[in-house]
Amino acid sequence: MDLCDQCEEMMQPYVDGVLSDVQVQRAKEHLDRCTWCAKRYRFEVELRHFVRVAAAEPMSPELKAKLAALRTPLH
Amino acid sequence: MSESTPTTAETRRLAAESRDRVRFEEEALELSDQVYRVARRLVGSREEAEDLMQDAYARAFRSWRQYQPGTNLRAWLLRILTNLNIDNGRRRQRTPETQPLEEGDYFLYNKLEAAAPEENPAEERVIERLSQDSVVDALAEVPHDFRDVVVLVDIGDFSYADAAQILDIPVGTVMSRLHRGRRILKRNLAESAVPT
Repeated sequence: MDLCDQCEEMMQPYVDGVLSDVQVQRAKEHLDRCTWCAKRYRFEVELRHFVRVAAAEPMSPELKAKLAALRTPLH
Repeated sequence: MSESTPTTAETRRLAAESRDRVRFEEEALELSDQVYRVARRLVGSREEAEDLMQDAYARAFRSWRQYQPGTNLRAWLLRILTNLNIDNGRRRQRTPETQPLEEGDYFLYNKLEAAAPEENPAEERVIERLSQDSVVDALAEVPHDFRDVVVLVDIGDFSYADAAQILDIPVGTVMSRLHRGRRILKRNLAESAVPT
């Protein structure tokens, strides 16, 4: 497995921030040197953001009122 | 002041409980936008999401005593909501866990790049070749078991551990489904962005 393959394997946990310090260091060193992986890393971060924004659909005021109406009435 | 009569003690207890309940209901409602964000993508349509929200909040308000103050209320609400969603029988069509999936993590970028090379990365971003609608569609096509995890972590911002608790599955399962779910999402996006 070459370094770029390893980097691809590590990309998700790296972006999620769940790698060990040693693994993070190794990934960073590779990304500093390899523009091919660095582009893909940048894309990955942008994609996460893009998905989050695209998936957002505000709740309707009607639903909000319906949820509030489910509260226990005060005596 | 005499507080020892049973009626006074009972009145105080009821007042305290009523206050706790009001606080719980207020906090739960304050989180409803964030809960809806996740609910909307767990199901296919807005109507389903709205029904699910109402069922979940009705149940949460009924069983509020089971919530332990100081723990993650948003996760608690979503646990109720995902359980209801599963009870609705909307899934249980078993998802084959082992459908072939050769694509790696760079797959989507590679496809987009190959379709039109990034000439000047400073001016043009490959991500802009995707449309927001295509993301929503691609996500909706990810099989339930995988989608639940992707939605909780990538849209709901839950940790692996929280997602595991909400769905009542081991953390290792969260990680493998997340990994696979994201790849399926990318494959779907690649298919819609770069028709073969």
